[in-house]
Formats: sequence, structure tokens, C-alpha cells
Amino acid sequence: MAFVEDLEKPAVRDTTGATLAGFRNAEDLIVPDVKDVVEESVSGHKPKGSDAISDHTMILNMGPQHPSTHGVLRLVVEIDGETIVSLAPDIGYLHTGIEKTCEAKFYQQVVPLTDRIDYLAPMTNNLAYALAVEKLLQLEIPDRAQWLRVLFNELMRINSHLVWLGTHAMDIGALTVFLYCFREREQLLRIFEAVSGQRMMTSYIRIGGVSLEPPLDLYKQIRTFLKDFPSKIEEYEGLLNGNPIWRSRLEGVGFLSAADAIALGVTGPPLRASGIDFDLRRDMPYSSYEKFQFNVPTSTVGDVWARYLVRMQELRESVKICLQALDGLPEGRITADAPKIILPDREQMKTQMESLIHHFKIVTEGFQVPAGEATSSVEAPHGMMNYYVVSDGTAKPYRVHMRNADFATLQALETMCKGRLLADVVAVIGSIDIVLGAIDR
Amino acid sequence: MADAITNPATPEACFGKEAVTAALADHAAIKGLADLIVDAKWDRQELTLTVAPDTIIAAAKAAQAAGYNFLEDVTAVDWYPTEPRFQISYSILSFGLKQRIRLVARIAEGQSIDSITSVWPSANFYEREVFDLFGVHFGGHPRLTRIMMPDNWEGHPLRKDYPVEGYR
Repeated sequence: MAFVEDLEKPAVRDTTGATLAGFRNAEDLIVPDVKDVVEESVSGHKPKGSDAISDHTMILNMGPQHPSTHGVLRLVVEIDGETIVSLAPDIGYLHTGIEKTCEAKFYQQVVPLTDRIDYLAPMTNNLAYALAVEKLLQLEIPDRAQWLRVLFNELMRINSHLVWLGTHAMDIGALTVFLYCFREREQLLRIFEAVSGQRMMTSYIRIGGVSLEPPLDLYKQIRTFLKDFPSKIEEYEGLLNGNPIWRSRLEGVGFLSAADAIALGVTGPPLRASGIDFDLRRDMPYSSYEKFQFNVPTSTVGDVWARYLVRMQELRESVKICLQALDGLPEGRITADAPKIILPDREQMKTQMESLIHHFKIVTEGFQVPAGEATSSVEAPHGMMNYYVVSDGTAKPYRVHMRNADFATLQALETMCKGRLLADVVAVIGSIDIVLGAIDR
Repeated sequence: MADAITNPATPEACFGKEAVTAALADHAAIKGLADLIVDAKWDRQELTLTVAPDTIIAAAKAAQAAGYNFLEDVTAVDWYPTEPRFQISYSILSFGLKQRIRLVARIAEGQSIDSITSVWPSANFYEREVFDLFGVHFGGHPRLTRIMMPDNWEGHPLRKDYPVEGYR
């Protein structure tokens, strides 16, 4: 229980978050570069013959193949004994130049690329991209498509949070939870496969709506999952909440104050766990989220444990939203009425000359998007996900830029870990829930 | 304050500093940045304010003072061969007002723009990314090094004169 007593950074309590302009010295919050960390450690070394071991710091390389770094994150850590002096994330190992590739594709061909960014929540990426392009095209999306988008986005949130919980618990040493989480995730992946034909890279949400009408028994399958799932959440909590190792590894670790969270660009569950009540689904609704009733879980503590509690509550809220989406699912079209932008269905294409021409034109030349720039912003499982799309009036995007929560949240890692123990870094990485595909792009 | 986004009197789109300041006179960002705006655009429910590159820190501070407390994103668009070539876009959100604005500064090849890390430390990684992929220099940035590409990489991949499939 040695980690619990150190509470020198209490969270700032501000419910609106609107007036939090001042934070401590900006320089303290800047993440160092790998070279800085190494140079700092080397310059602190005593000359040969000095026996003051306690004055030496050590450089430890963690990752990119370390299992607790959730992908290919490399951390260069300067430690004094077991205490973190400074820490530099080294990213780019998964950089595939997706933004550059997007510029060479037609608008509709970019959708499968977006799946591969935050690969734990592909449909959320699809939605963010589709919303940005629809804003440029000024398309009206029918209610049924919007409800389906909400439904699958919330299932994606459950999917992503299950991977977070499983891997986070495994990093701390609770292996069973990982197996339980993946058992439920398997059901979700089957649902995604049933609706889109793919388990992970779904590309289900397209520009102008969704790609396919879900199969008839799918709603029953989702309902069965949603009916069982709350008891599964209790099962995970039963395994973890009373576990003294889990509690002492999480409680009082990795504090992030509300002011620091804003200064460092942190969004999503870590922001809400630091006491800022802001959720895009409620505060700046998109895709009909204003028609759903749900709570936004928050905490004012700001430690790893608070982030755990917030995400567990989010799982319950997602179940509520999914049930509302299923109950209120309107009838109607699943795509906007824009034959020159949306591919016609196969039946029409084979029987009507006009549809065949539209199909041929869309596939071979794409569709032109009016010049301009648009930002879409959605509340992804990891936080705020923005797509910035610039069009020059041609059929290919001039620029596509993704702002993922993970990239910004990673900057807060040093602030959360500084002065803490090395083992806490693993707990903190688990609690910020990063995906390297979204960071490196 | 009348909300510019839901106010039905707001026109669908208007361009130019005079037109936008007249149409959105109540908007917190227009009020806060009034003397810094060079050009403005209200299009698709989004407000884009262009400022001179040498006033970017002042503009960021003014936006922060006007309630836009959260820097979401810093990125660039390469308008090659148009001059000035680079458009640096800052996306800034207000948690209180629930609004987003976009600050834009246009800079030429080889021209430097001041870093806003002193206003928002979160700009650190974003500016490093723009430096890495576009080769735009941010003056006063504490650690301006490559972030995505290897340190010995030649060229800046997101420039328009850099081919998608690499140099042949």
C-alpha cells in the first residue's frame, strides 16, 4: 500500500471546465524527446571513481516490443532507483502514411483506410470520416441510417472498452479478466461479421449512410448480447473490485489534474475522470445522439482507479443507448437520396440503365465534392476523434487529417508518471487506453 | 449571448472579414479576436478566422481568453504551387460555449511561424508532426524534432511535391 499515501496533486474541481485557462508552467508539461532524456541522465553522471551510486540515474528502454505498451510504443525512461525522473515516448513505428495515401484515393476509397486507424473501433472512424465528407456534400442522412450508426458506434465502444479492460487487467496481473473480456468480444465480432462481412475492418458506415441492411436475425442476436452483458460487467467487477492487488495498483496512481488535462489535450474517459464533464455525444451531438437518453459518468479524483470506474460506467451507458437504438429504430432508407454519390443496390444496377451509368461513373471516376474544408468530431471510445477534410472540388480529397485522442493523451503520460514508481507506468499506460495505429497513422 | 450556431438569422455561408463580422457580431471568437482577424469565413456551420502568422501567439491567447480553452489539433495543408504555400490550421474548442473555431495562418516556404506551446503545451506533438511531415519550422518550439519519420529521413512526405509512392 506504499503508493496510496502520495496525494500531492489533488484534482482541480471545476464542473464546467470553461474557465480553466491558467495552468502551471507550460514548460513543465512539455514531453521531452528521447535525446533529452538520455543527455540529461548522462550529464548527471558523476566522474569515474565516484561511489555515490544514489546520484546516478539509469536509462531504461521499454518497448517497442514490450507487451504492456499495447502495440509498438517505445518509452525511454530515466529512473532513479525505481522512481521515474523523466520519460520520453518514441512513436512512429506504425507510421504508414495513411494521410498521404488518402490524397491519392477517391473519397469512397478512403473509408477502408479509416478502419485501420483506430482498429479497435473501426466504425467510429468510418463515421467520423463520413460525417466530414457529408458536411462538405451537405447530405441529409435518413433516420434509420443514423440510428444504425449510433447502435454500431456504441457496440464499438463496448468492443474497445473490453479490449482495454482485458489488457489493462492483464498488465496488472489479473489474467482471467482478459479471457472473460475476449469471450464477450467474440460475440461482438460475430455481430460485426454478420452485419458487414468482416470481423474487424468493417467499413460498414459509408459516405451517405451505411453499406448494407442488417440481416433479419441480427437484432435478436444483438438483444441477446445486450441482455447478458450487464451481468458480465458485474462478473468483471466481481473479479476486480475486491482484489487487493488490483486496488492498490490503481488507487492513488497516475494523477492528472483537470487543468493539466486541458493543457495537454486529453479527452475522453481520462478527461472525465479528471473532473471535466464534457462528452461530445451530449454536448455537441452528431448523428442524432441528442435523441438518446444517457448519463455521462465522471469522477473528480483523476487517478487510474477513477478512469477504471468511468469506463466501467460507460459500458453500462452504452448498453442503454444500444437498447434505445434497437427499440426506436425507424423504418426507411439506409442511405441518403443521392444517386450520383451513393452506389445503387445490385438489383437496380442490373435492371435500370440510369443506375448502371451512375454505378459506372462512381466506380471509375468517383464523385466530385464541393471545395471547402470541414471538421467532424465524434466521441470515440478513446476520446475525441476529429477528421479534417479539405476538398479542392475534385473527386479525391486534397487533405485528410485525423485527430485521434490517443496522440494527445500520450503527451500526458510523463505528467502522470513523473515521481512515481516504474511499475506504475504500466498501470498508467493501461489507463489511458492507447492504440498505436491511431497515434502513428 | 445569441448562439451563432443555432441562431436562425445566421446566413448559411459568408466570406470575407466584413461580411462575417457583420453576420456573427455576437460570436465570442469574433469579439475576442476582432483586431487580429485578417480574413474570415463562415461556411458549413464552421468559423474559420485567418490571422497574420506573426500574431499567432497573440491570437491563441485571445482565443483562450474568449473562452476557447481547448486546443484540439494543429495541422497543415500544402497548397503548392499557390503562394503562400502552407496553411496552418488550429482547431480550438470551447467546453463552455460548445463551439469550435479554426484559426488559420498562411506561410510561405522557408518562413517560420511561432510555436504556441507556451499557450497550450498540447501543441507540442502536433507541431512536431507538422514539422516532420511538412517541413514547417515553428519558432520557439522547445524540442522540434521528427516524430513519425526516422531522424535521417530526407524530405517531408505530406508535401504535395512528394510523390505518394516515394522517389523513384
